[in-house]
Amino acid sequence: MAAVTTTTTGIRPVRRRFSVGRAAAWTVMGLIVLITALPFYWILRTALSSNAGLNADPANPLPVGLTTSGFERALGLQSAKEAIAQGGAGGGLDFWRYLLNSVIVSTLITGCQIFFSAMAAYAFARLRWRGRDKVFGLFLAGLMVPTIFTLLPNFVLIKQLHLVDSLLGIALPSLFMTPFAVFFLRQFFMNIPGEIEEAALLDGAGKIKIFFRVVLPMASTPIITLSVLTYITSWNDYFWPLMVSYSDSSRVLTVALAIFRAQTPATGVDWSGLTAATLIAALPMLVLFACFARRIVSSIGFTGIK
Amino acid sequence: MTIASSSPPSRLPLGGAEGAGTKSRTRRARSRESQGDGRLAAVFIAPAMLGFLVFLLWPTLRGIYLSFTRFNLLTPAQWVGLDNYVRMVHDPIFWDSLKVTVEYVVINIGVQTVAALAIAVLLQRLTQSAMLRGIVLTPYLMSNVVAGLVWLWILDTQLGIGNEIISAVGFDRIPFLNDETWAIPTIALINVWRHVGYTALLLFAGLQAIPNDVYEAARVDGASEWRMFWRITMPLLRPVLAVVLIMTVIGSFQVFDTVAVTTAGGPANATNVLQYYIYGSAFGRFQFGYASAMSVALLVVLSAITVLQYRLTRAGQTDLG
Repeated sequence: MAAVTTTTTGIRPVRRRFSVGRAAAWTVMGLIVLITALPFYWILRTALSSNAGLNADPANPLPVGLTTSGFERALGLQSAKEAIAQGGAGGGLDFWRYLLNSVIVSTLITGCQIFFSAMAAYAFARLRWRGRDKVFGLFLAGLMVPTIFTLLPNFVLIKQLHLVDSLLGIALPSLFMTPFAVFFLRQFFMNIPGEIEEAALLDGAGKIKIFFRVVLPMASTPIITLSVLTYITSWNDYFWPLMVSYSDSSRVLTVALAIFRAQTPATGVDWSGLTAATLIAALPMLVLFACFARRIVSSIGFTGIK
Repeated sequence: MTIASSSPPSRLPLGGAEGAGTKSRTRRARSRESQGDGRLAAVFIAPAMLGFLVFLLWPTLRGIYLSFTRFNLLTPAQWVGLDNYVRMVHDPIFWDSLKVTVEYVVINIGVQTVAALAIAVLLQRLTQSAMLRGIVLTPYLMSNVVAGLVWLWILDTQLGIGNEIISAVGFDRIPFLNDETWAIPTIALINVWRHVGYTALLLFAGLQAIPNDVYEAARVDGASEWRMFWRITMPLLRPVLAVVLIMTVIGSFQVFDTVAVTTAGGPANATNVLQYYIYGSAFGRFQFGYASAMSVALLVVLSAITVLQYRLTRAGQTDLG
């Protein structure tokens, strides 16, 4: 029986006849999927409704008074007068700019952090030098420091560097490394067989060339996984950008979204516009994830330390 | 962490290349190589080291220093000794926010751990579908701000579908986020929704490491799924569960975004979690010294919990193999 159930793809559950237990288990699983997915549908349905329609028929499973005006408001395509007429705040919100800011910050952080962390990880994994393990231990200790603890002093530092309210100020603290990224990549680099490196050395390649031509390409899967996770993390970050940015020039989507929420009239919230804005803010990560989902889902176990 | 011990001992002699004249060619070549590595390593480490020193080590030390000062960003920090800590001990709002935070963490972690475990076991025992795993992970892609807004809408007292259903079933509408008793559990559950899939996948990865033979043998002996869960899954998963618990508890203590976007600490300080209070002290009242002292307190609490959890759960040991 064991032979039947073990396949090359790994451990498979045993196919068994119908039982009450299995039916119950599938029901629970279905419920979990519903709780996970339904809010997304509900947001889409609301974003495509008009505020008047939402008030008239709040429980309708379909969009009420189908319209894209919520999206128009969120993207700042409506005049203030129109927006107010349809339940919006009428304040100026430049979503394209925030979107661009988010893209710049997240790309900058992901690109630099992964590259610098990979360099360090290579030095920790494949180069031989005095005090290597001690320095690595120091980096690892950095994993223990909760982010909140460094935020206030980092803000003071960024302020002294006159980088408050700039995209660079938002990106700088996570630009060079995180202990996690270094640790994560080092694990993979250590598992690359030494023979490959030696063969390249015999061919006359230097260590730098080996890093770029051999080690980096061989670790492309973990690097992509880490990149996507880093991108999502920096895209979703709220606290630090909230501290550092004051004006449109450096505002990222998460902060803009919270402001959109705060600006919306206290009586009669612009739910249509708010949910549309929420969707716009969430969509890029959903698309990004959809592109890499299989790879990420299968390698997430390794990121267990995050 | 446990992983540090897996690094191989550095094998190479670190003596210089001087005096290598009498040594054999290969040894000279090797020592030259180790010299070259040293210089190259310095270059490769430099950016990460810069980031580590400037944005991690230095702020940690500075945060501790600032906690002993009065500092409002405009004038230089002024040493006040233990004043901030004395004030903290006598600050009822601080204790209150600590209490609220602990309440949040208990609900958040309690529900999340049980739910994640259930999802992980279902994913392992029922189906290995990558698509299901992907769906379960989707909320994790949302920012806390987005998750907060989504549920703010669903739970809205007047128009939210959650309350529509509650009233259709015949109960009174619940002002989830505007009620002192409901607000913290609600925020805790919103964050469970966002994080449970990720936690489940971490546990799922741990489950994958348990050899299937063990289950097969147990089934041959006639063990039920329930019994196998308690006798096989739980004991063998324990080390992974412990690490995941430590991580999620630390993350949970730092709740901020969801509070900021849904209740802003209200009603009547009912959701004034520690990190929100710290933020308010620093940026609302410009008491950076006091805010730093509270950060130190949070750090101490987190370290204590980590050590305690590590001890209690014997996270370093494994039952496997």
